[in-house]
Amino acid sequence: MDAHVAQLQMQYRNYILSLYQQGFLDDQFTELKSLQDDGTPDFVAEVLSLFFDDCVKLVGNMARALDQTGTVDFSQVGANVHQLKGSSSSVGAKRVKGLCINFKELCEAKNYEGCVRCLQQVDIEYKTLKAKLQDMFNLEKQIVQAGGIVPQVDIN
Amino acid sequence: MASDGGVSCLRRSEMMSVGIGGIDSPPLDVDEVHVLAVDDSLVDRIVIERLLRITSCKVTAVDSGWRALEFLGIDNEKASAELDRLKVDLIITDYCMPGMTGYELLKKIKESSSFRQVPVVIMSSENVITRIDRCLEEGAEDFLLKPVKLADVKRLRNYLTRDVQVSNGNKRKLPEDSPPLTLSHDSSDSSPPPSTLSPDSSDSSSPPLSPVEIFSSPLLSPLDDEDDDVLTSSPESTPSPVRRQKMRSPGLD
Repeated sequence: MDAHVAQLQMQYRNYILSLYQQGFLDDQFTELKSLQDDGTPDFVAEVLSLFFDDCVKLVGNMARALDQTGTVDFSQVGANVHQLKGSSSSVGAKRVKGLCINFKELCEAKNYEGCVRCLQQVDIEYKTLKAKLQDMFNLEKQIVQAGGIVPQVDIN
Repeated sequence: MASDGGVSCLRRSEMMSVGIGGIDSPPLDVDEVHVLAVDDSLVDRIVIERLLRITSCKVTAVDSGWRALEFLGIDNEKASAELDRLKVDLIITDYCMPGMTGYELLKKIKESSSFRQVPVVIMSSENVITRIDRCLEEGAEDFLLKPVKLADVKRLRNYLTRDVQVSNGNKRKLPEDSPPLTLSHDSSDSSPPPSTLSPDSSDSSSPPLSPVEIFSSPLLSPLDDEDDDVLTSSPESTPSPVRRQKMRSPGLD
């Protein structure tokens, strides 16, 4: 086997495992990967892309809702948090989802400062995940371009 | 990039295949299971579509209860009485949606004479017992906890094919004098051999059903850029002109 391909594959495996170990991804991401096949090679990439679009939109909505001089509509913030929690759950974005759970409680408690802080964390977190997954997809591309096959990584 | 469109509000006469992806979907076959999926989240719609496609279902995905009713023709049932009925074998809907919840949609479906027998499955991210009970009491077939997995959908698929009793009202019927249907431009799929009457047809005087029913359709029009105007759409509004939704299921045929 080509040594270069083997090295890339090992790199890929380790990278994926680290993403799970560090809590970026959970088993729903595994599930999504299992839904991808040769006929739908871009499925995961496209779903994730839509998820990140969602993040931009929802974070924007929340920022606007929290940026009121006067009374903040926490139910509006909460509604957006609920949506983000849903989509992060559906793609296996574990850390984002976890933050959303906290965020929801903060909205219910109408904790303004808490919400603002949490929103900042959400913003950082989804962008971090996006960068990590971009690296993952790049590795996949490199493997394929080197003539190899992207390995199935067994998480368990 | 799939856009966050509503749904193809296809008029009956322009109904082509109700599979996703427009041109590339094989025509709807009466033997194939057709699922209507309702979820306001685009991400979830894409995922549920994929799950259903993997389990060999044809899928139509819409983003709200109103659009679901519009698709089914429930909101103007009198008008659709003359038109061809849709074949929908299962409706799977999110619970928490703005405008009309999945529970409210469930109730409307159960109130409809044409569609009350179609099994309705509710999905929710929240495991609230009272919510689950309420839905089951209202006639929901099942309740899935999100995130939905392939195993969940496979389970649905299993009991669906066992129990599918397509009622007359839910069957595709063509006016007797309609021209013979021809395949759409996508003929890459070999269609199954024609059968005359579907096994569930109990009315011997009804015209034989063609297995492959494609209505002549206009070319795909470019997707309108539109918002999810879920909150503003209402059943009283006149049906919008054909918006061919390209549910760009990524990478799918």
